[in-house]
Amino acid sequence: MNGPHDMGGMQGMGPIPIEPDEPVFHSEWEAKVFAMSFATFCNFFPVDETRHASERMPPGDYLNSAYYERWLYALELLLTEHNLVTPAEIEHRIAELAQGE
Amino acid sequence: MAHTHRPESEIALRVKAIESLLVEKGIVDPATLDTIIEAYEHQIGPHNGARIVAKAWVDADYKQRLLADGTSAIAELGLTGFSSEHMVVVENTPQVHNLIVCTLCSCYPWAILGLPPTWYKSFAYRSRAVIEPRKVLQEFGLAIPDEVEIRVWDSNADLRYLVLPERPQDTEDLSEAALAGLVTRNAMIGTAKVQPPAPPSTLAA
Repeated sequence: MNGPHDMGGMQGMGPIPIEPDEPVFHSEWEAKVFAMSFATFCNFFPVDETRHASERMPPGDYLNSAYYERWLYALELLLTEHNLVTPAEIEHRIAELAQGE
Repeated sequence: MAHTHRPESEIALRVKAIESLLVEKGIVDPATLDTIIEAYEHQIGPHNGARIVAKAWVDADYKQRLLADGTSAIAELGLTGFSSEHMVVVENTPQVHNLIVCTLCSCYPWAILGLPPTWYKSFAYRSRAVIEPRKVLQEFGLAIPDEVEIRVWDSNADLRYLVLPERPQDTEDLSEAALAGLVTRNAMIGTAKVQPPAPPSTLAA
């Protein structure tokens, strides 16, 4: 697949963002996205399919997203493509949770 | 440091919604999620790779096996794991410095080094490591002399790399465990060298 993920040799990406004493996860949502992806690619879809799913992210979004945002995109895409969850269910649950907050 | 393009609160809410649906449908078990997070936060990390490096430093036969067939030699120590099934180990010498990247994704030997740091996953590192490795290494404070060859290894989904760094001088008296304590994550990716231990205070006085 020829997309923005194939970035070896590209220029203009700026300095390397080195963060001293970096935690494994920067927030609870990052940890949860990792764990849900890990659990589903062990049981429902192989890790290669997950990687391919993140490469299907629209190029503009890919280049404008953080690492675990791309994982979240892949997770959602595969959950819906495999009919485990529908996009409507996700939106409905978001609205419910937002109301409860 | 996440540099998300949507507000973090919006993403967190979305993740919470998906989690609650997956739990409700029995697709994931909350205890399993906690176990996965706990394992990668506290159990799986660079100390595994450091054990491999220290053993190679003290055991010449092991080092030979490690460089000839990294996958098998790592399995000898029981350190084979998810995302590290096929491993190639590359040795730093006074003539050659090795650097590891994954330009396509962020492939990394999870079972050996834990999850990769943000810089390894960054677009800047993925794009630049293969075209200007010396400049990239300078940003890590590592100046590689011009006469030293730099070899950059591009990982992929099926094959991952580990750098065997040079053993620092004056460490002949150190135990294998003490040597392992000197080995850092960045040294095993190639963005640092292993530093010798701090001199004893009696000598420093």
